[in-house]
Amino acid sequence: MDALAVGSLYALIALGYTMVYGILKFINFAHSDVFVLGAWTAYRAALCAGWTNDGVPEPIARWVLWILGLIAAVGLVLAVVGRTVVKPPPGALGQSGPARAGSTLLAVGVWGWACVGLVLLARVLKAGGMEYVAGGVILLLAMGTCGVVGFCIERLAYKPLRKAPRLNVLITAIGVSLLLQNVGQLDWMFGTQPARMPSLVAQDKPLLTILGTPNADGSIAGGVNVWLVDVIGAGTAIILMIALDRLVFQTKIGRAMRAVSYNPTTAALMGIPVDRVISFTFVLGAVLAAAAGFLYTQKYPGLLQPATGTWVLLGLKAFVAAVVGGIGNIRGAMAGGLLIGLIEFFGVGYVSTEYRDVYVFGLLIVVLLVRPSGLLGKAVAEKV
Amino acid sequence: MTKNATDQLPGPGGALLRAWWPVAAALGIALFAHLVLRPMLGDFPSKLLLDIGINIVLAVSLTMVNGFTGQFSIGHAAFMAVGGYTGAAIVYYGSYFAFGSEAVKAGVLSTLSVSHAGAPWFTSGDGLFLGSIIAGGLVAAACGYLVGLPSLRLRGDYLAIVTLGFGEIVRVLIQRTAEVSYDLDEIKAAPLVGIGQLFTQPRAEWQAPVWTRVGGALGFTGLPTYNSLFWSLAAAGLTLLVAYRIKVSSHGRALLSIREDEIASEAMGVNTTKYKIRAFVISSFFAGIAGALFAHTTGITLKASELGFVKSFDIIIMVVLGGLGSISGASIAAVILSLLPELLRKPGSLVELWPYAAGVLVLGVVLVAAGGTRPVAKRVGKALAGLGVASLVFAGAAAVAMKNGVDLSAYRMILYALALILMMILRPQGLFGVFEIWDRAAWDWLLPRRTSEPARRGVRP
Repeated sequence: MDALAVGSLYALIALGYTMVYGILKFINFAHSDVFVLGAWTAYRAALCAGWTNDGVPEPIARWVLWILGLIAAVGLVLAVVGRTVVKPPPGALGQSGPARAGSTLLAVGVWGWACVGLVLLARVLKAGGMEYVAGGVILLLAMGTCGVVGFCIERLAYKPLRKAPRLNVLITAIGVSLLLQNVGQLDWMFGTQPARMPSLVAQDKPLLTILGTPNADGSIAGGVNVWLVDVIGAGTAIILMIALDRLVFQTKIGRAMRAVSYNPTTAALMGIPVDRVISFTFVLGAVLAAAAGFLYTQKYPGLLQPATGTWVLLGLKAFVAAVVGGIGNIRGAMAGGLLIGLIEFFGVGYVSTEYRDVYVFGLLIVVLLVRPSGLLGKAVAEKV
Repeated sequence: MTKNATDQLPGPGGALLRAWWPVAAALGIALFAHLVLRPMLGDFPSKLLLDIGINIVLAVSLTMVNGFTGQFSIGHAAFMAVGGYTGAAIVYYGSYFAFGSEAVKAGVLSTLSVSHAGAPWFTSGDGLFLGSIIAGGLVAAACGYLVGLPSLRLRGDYLAIVTLGFGEIVRVLIQRTAEVSYDLDEIKAAPLVGIGQLFTQPRAEWQAPVWTRVGGALGFTGLPTYNSLFWSLAAAGLTLLVAYRIKVSSHGRALLSIREDEIASEAMGVNTTKYKIRAFVISSFFAGIAGALFAHTTGITLKASELGFVKSFDIIIMVVLGGLGSISGASIAAVILSLLPELLRKPGSLVELWPYAAGVLVLGVVLVAAGGTRPVAKRVGKALAGLGVASLVFAGAAAVAMKNGVDLSAYRMILYALALILMMILRPQGLFGVFEIWDRAAWDWLLPRRTSEPARRGVRP
C-alpha cells in the first residue's frame, strides 16, 4: 500500500517532467523544487489556517498582504498603460511587452489575495469541523501557488531560450533550481530548519487490514495495513491523473498540447498559440507537482529544508519514472511512477532497505539498455 | 591546420623537443607556482589556486565529452568519486603497510603550508601519492568504459540519463561501505582480496578486504594531505595539454564531426561509437585524477554525498559558461567559478570596489565619445559602460541592503543562480562559443564583422 501511495505520487511528479520533455525536449531540473515548494506552501498555509504542532496558531503576516497588494497594483498600472499608451510595433502580434508583464504581475498579486482568502476559508471550515474540506482548500492553495510560480519560471527563464541549444536551457533549469532552493532557505521564506507538517487527517489505527490473521482479542496481526492517508493520497493522485488524461486526450487544449509536442513549427503554422500551450503545460506540471508535495507531506510529515538531498532525490526518482515509462508519454509516466514505487518498496521490504535508491536507478539503466524508449514509449527514428 | 614553429625543428632531437617542451613548461610553471608564488600569496590564496587547478582538470576533461563530442554526460562527479576513493584507499592503507601509520611523508613538492628546510624533493610518500593518482585515473577510466560501452550506443539524452543514474548508484554504494579502520593490527590482519560482506557495516566479525573500508556516509577521514600547488597545477597543465593535442589531431576532428552531425560523420566513415567511448574513457581518466588530487587536499574529508549530481552540475556549468568545446573557455570559467563564491562570501568588500566600477563606466563613455567612426572602440566602450553601470547598480543595491542590516551573505547563492540564468539568456554560447581565446572568431561580438559566414554561425572552419 505504501508502494501504491508513493508510486502514484511519483507518477504525479513524473507527469510534469514528461510533459515538459515531450514539448520542449529538455529535462526540467527545477521541477523537483516546485514539488518541494508545494509541500512548504501547504505547510505554511496549514499553520496559518489553524493546524498546529504545538498549539500556537500562526498569524498571517501583514507585510505579505502589503507586498501582494503592491505587486497587484504595479501589475494593474502596467497592464493598463501597456494596453492604452504603449503602441505595439507595427506587425507585432498580441499585446505589448509592458501589458504582458503587467497582466502577469496582476495575476500574481490577485492570486496572492486569493491565497489569503483561501487560508481564511480553510480556517473557517476547520473551525466548523469540516477538516477534510479545509484540507482540500489547502491543497488547492498549494497547487495554485505552484502553478503561478511555474508560469513565472517559464515566462522569465525558459521563454527567452526557446531557440537556444538544449544544454543552455538545461543549465538555466539548474539555475532556476538553485534559485528556488536558496530563496526557500531565506529566513523570511521557509528558513533552514526542518519542520513537521501537522497531519490534516488525524488517525491512530489503519482503516482496514488485508490478508492479516485476526487474533483472539480482535486485533489483527500481520497483513497489509491500509491507512486513510494512503487512500486519500493515492485516491487524489489517481483522480488528478484521470483528469489530466481526459484533459490531454479529449479537450481542445489537450489536442493543442499533443500537436506542439509532435512538431512545434507545424503546430504554429496551424494556428496553435505555441507559447500559450507551453505556458499551460508548465502550469499543469507545477500544479501536479504541488499536489504531490502536499500529499507526500501528509504521508511523511517530516519537512526538510528545501535544498536537502532527500527531496531532490525524490524528484530524481520521479524523473526516472518518467524515463522508465517512456519520456514524453503521459500514460507511460503514470505507469512508470507506479512501477518505481512498487519496485522501491518491494525491494525495501524483501531485500534490503539500504539500497532503495540503487533499485530505482538500476531499473533505469536496465530499461534504458533493453528498451531505450521506455516501457510505453515508441522509438523515434532520427531524421536527417 | 596551423603548424607550430617547433614543427620546423630538424632531426630526432627536434622531435623530442617538440613532443616534450610543453610538458616541461607545464611542470616548470607548476614548480614555479609552488616554490615562488605560494610563499608570496599566503595560505588561503594558495588554497584557492589549488582548487582552481583541480577545477580546471575537471572542466577540461568534461569538455572532451560535452564540448568536443557533443555527448551529454551529467555524472562526471561519479568518476571523480571513483578516482578519489581509489586514490584515497591506496594512499591511506598503503601508508599503513609501507610506513606503519597514515602520517604524511612529504617532500618539498607536497607541502602546502609547512616549509621543510633540507627535506628531500620527492619522498616515498610522494611516490605512493603519484601512484595512487594514476591508479585512481585508471580505475575511473575503466568505469567510464563500462558505463560508456552500453550507453554511448544510444543517442541524445539517454547518455545523460544513464550517467545520472550511474552517479547516484556510485554515491549510494560508497555510502554503504564500512567505516575506516585506524588500527594497524586490524589492517594487517584483514584480507587484501576477498568478497566477504562487501557493503555491510561489520563491527565484530569482519571479513571484507581492507580497501573496501572507506568510511561510508561519514566520509573517509584521516587522509594524508599530499596534494599541493605543484601537483594540482601540474595535473591541470597536463590535462590542458592532452586536451589541446586531442583537439587538433585527426582523432579530435573525428570527435568534433560527431558533435556537428553524428549521422554525417558516420556516413563519412567515422566509427562514432568507438570515438565516443574513447572520448568518454579519456575524460573519465582525468576526472579520476582530479578526484584523487581532491581527496588528498588539506581540509577535505572525502564524502560521497558531496560528489553527487550537484557537483556534476558545477562542472557542467563551468563547461557551458566557457563555451562548449573551448578548452581555454572552460579553464577560464573554472577560474571564475572557483573565485566567484569566495568573492560573494564577503559582499561588503565588493561594495568598496565601486570606484573601479565608476572608472570602467567613465572609460567606456570616453571610448564611445572619442571613438568617432572606429567601430571597435565604440563596441568596447559600450561593453565597458554596460559593465560599469551593472556593477554600480549592484554595488548601490548591496550598500543600501547592508545599511538596512540585511545579511547579504545569505543571498550569495541566489545571486549566483541569477547570474547563471542571465548569462544563459544573454550569451547562450558561453564566453567563447566553440572557439579558443586566441581565435579571432571568439571576439566577433566585439570586433567589426569581417569573419566568414561559417565562423559567424559558430562552425569552426
